[in-house]
Amino acid sequence: MKGIDRFAEKFFWVAAVLSLSVTVLIFGFMVILGLPLFKGGQFFEILSKPWLPDRGIFGIYPMIVGTLSIALLGLGFAFPLCLGCSVFISVLGPKRLGRILKKTVQSMTGIPTVVYGFVGIFLLVPVIREVFESGSGMCILSASLLLAILISPTMILFFSDSFDQVPKPFLDAVDALGGNNAQKILYVILPYSWRGVLTGLILALGRAMGDTMIALMVAGNAVALPDSVLDSARTLTAHIALIIASDFESLEFKTLFACGIILYLFTTVIALLVRSIDSKSWRRK
Amino acid sequence: MKVKLFRIGFLQVCLMLALSFTLVSTIQAGSLEGFMGEKGTIKISGGTAHIPVMKEAAKRIMTFNSDIQISIAGGGSGVGIKQVGEGLVDIGNSGRKPTDKEINTYQLNIFKWAIDGVGVVVNPENKVTLLTKAQLVDIFSGKISNWKRIGGVDKSINIYTRDKASGTRDVFWKKAIDKGQITDKANFVVSNGAMKSAISTDPYGIGYVSVGHIDESVAPVALDGVVPTLENVKKGTYKIARGLYSNTKGKPSGLVKKFIEYLFSPEGQQLAADKGFIPVK
Repeated sequence: MKGIDRFAEKFFWVAAVLSLSVTVLIFGFMVILGLPLFKGGQFFEILSKPWLPDRGIFGIYPMIVGTLSIALLGLGFAFPLCLGCSVFISVLGPKRLGRILKKTVQSMTGIPTVVYGFVGIFLLVPVIREVFESGSGMCILSASLLLAILISPTMILFFSDSFDQVPKPFLDAVDALGGNNAQKILYVILPYSWRGVLTGLILALGRAMGDTMIALMVAGNAVALPDSVLDSARTLTAHIALIIASDFESLEFKTLFACGIILYLFTTVIALLVRSIDSKSWRRK
Repeated sequence: MKVKLFRIGFLQVCLMLALSFTLVSTIQAGSLEGFMGEKGTIKISGGTAHIPVMKEAAKRIMTFNSDIQISIAGGGSGVGIKQVGEGLVDIGNSGRKPTDKEINTYQLNIFKWAIDGVGVVVNPENKVTLLTKAQLVDIFSGKISNWKRIGGVDKSINIYTRDKASGTRDVFWKKAIDKGQITDKANFVVSNGAMKSAISTDPYGIGYVSVGHIDESVAPVALDGVVPTLENVKKGTYKIARGLYSNTKGKPSGLVKKFIEYLFSPEGQQLAADKGFIPVK
């Protein structure tokens, strides 16, 4: 028995160290390969300049703006819907229907994003083009609408799980006091589970920023700084996918490491935020 | 089976190139028979103009001999050259001739098996089917931004282009718009197929595809009076054309060699012609 114990301990230890070191190594790899940019003092220049390869300017500012606007807009679309959906699943809806709905949402997590992108090109993009009569329909709005669908399962599952953790006596108490459902949600459920909601929200934001396929297929990938949500835009991830084939030695290629570092920092900050919320809620209990 | 890749010196590269020409000319008919009793996989990536021919060839070979697996990916010419050079795939396709630098660093053997035009396309609903070169340059640089100015409807022009890895873009940029600027408002798509679906769904779009990809879902635009068709490319009246290349690292051997031979066989060349390209033989 003891042998197995020790083996298991070793095994998990190795697994933990391995996954941690891979993460650290990848970051180190990007920093080292991006080193020429830091040394030449170009790193911050790259962050604030436009992308004009013909003139030798390889700034990624438009891509940072593109990433943030698509991800945040997507989050904005998805949040209210997900909140409503998970309230229905956990609180208001009939138990059976709620369970079916939750199973459906769970199966949605497995849909590859390229499928959303594909559907988006043929169904959503023409509609956006005709309705707003501006541009090609490949734009921030289209991409963020699809992203909203993509990140919904993450949010709904997190929200409804945290709603489920509200102790039943609390809910009974509201009923006993004659409170209605709206009051139940506003004054009991949300205040009790806001940490879970926030965690879901932040994780969904991370997912939205990290996605490549939807933006690549539907956002249009123009390198100009977008002026409106109907403009074509490029995300950092799509940018990497588009530029990866250029010459390894070129400055153009090296700027990809800047993109990687920025994306990495974004997601790390997000992960840290989630952790700090998690640990706080742990302490409270 | 992993295809063995030979490392060879520079002198040998030249020799190999010379050899490859003789190889090409000595390939005999018989087409699929060569694949009898073979077993293994071929990985292909790169140029997206090549894909229809590659797919059909792969289908025929795999139907003839189910022990052979052929996988085909896109990515663009740059990706094809890079991946074959790094040994990630067995054949890297490109819609442009690899540069001398690429040939030397990766010891590439290049095989040009068809000629292809690059045509400007618009949506079939679009009434503009004739442009001068100057107009085309102005459209892609963003100077002409409304269809009305060139005889179309009062709608802004949506420009579609390809990324730098694209051989199609390379040829278009060099020969169609004389290395002019492409506006930063242009939308980027990742393959000839994606370009076609973008233009076929966008009534106000303009882009460029391999002539082999032009079908009824998009309308070709005549440039200075010459329509981008197979015949015009063949006659040489339509000037925006390039070779379609399949590249291997070192001299091809085994199954990969047979695949390349198949492309040059009468059946393979007919296949290229069927898909809208001009056979080299």
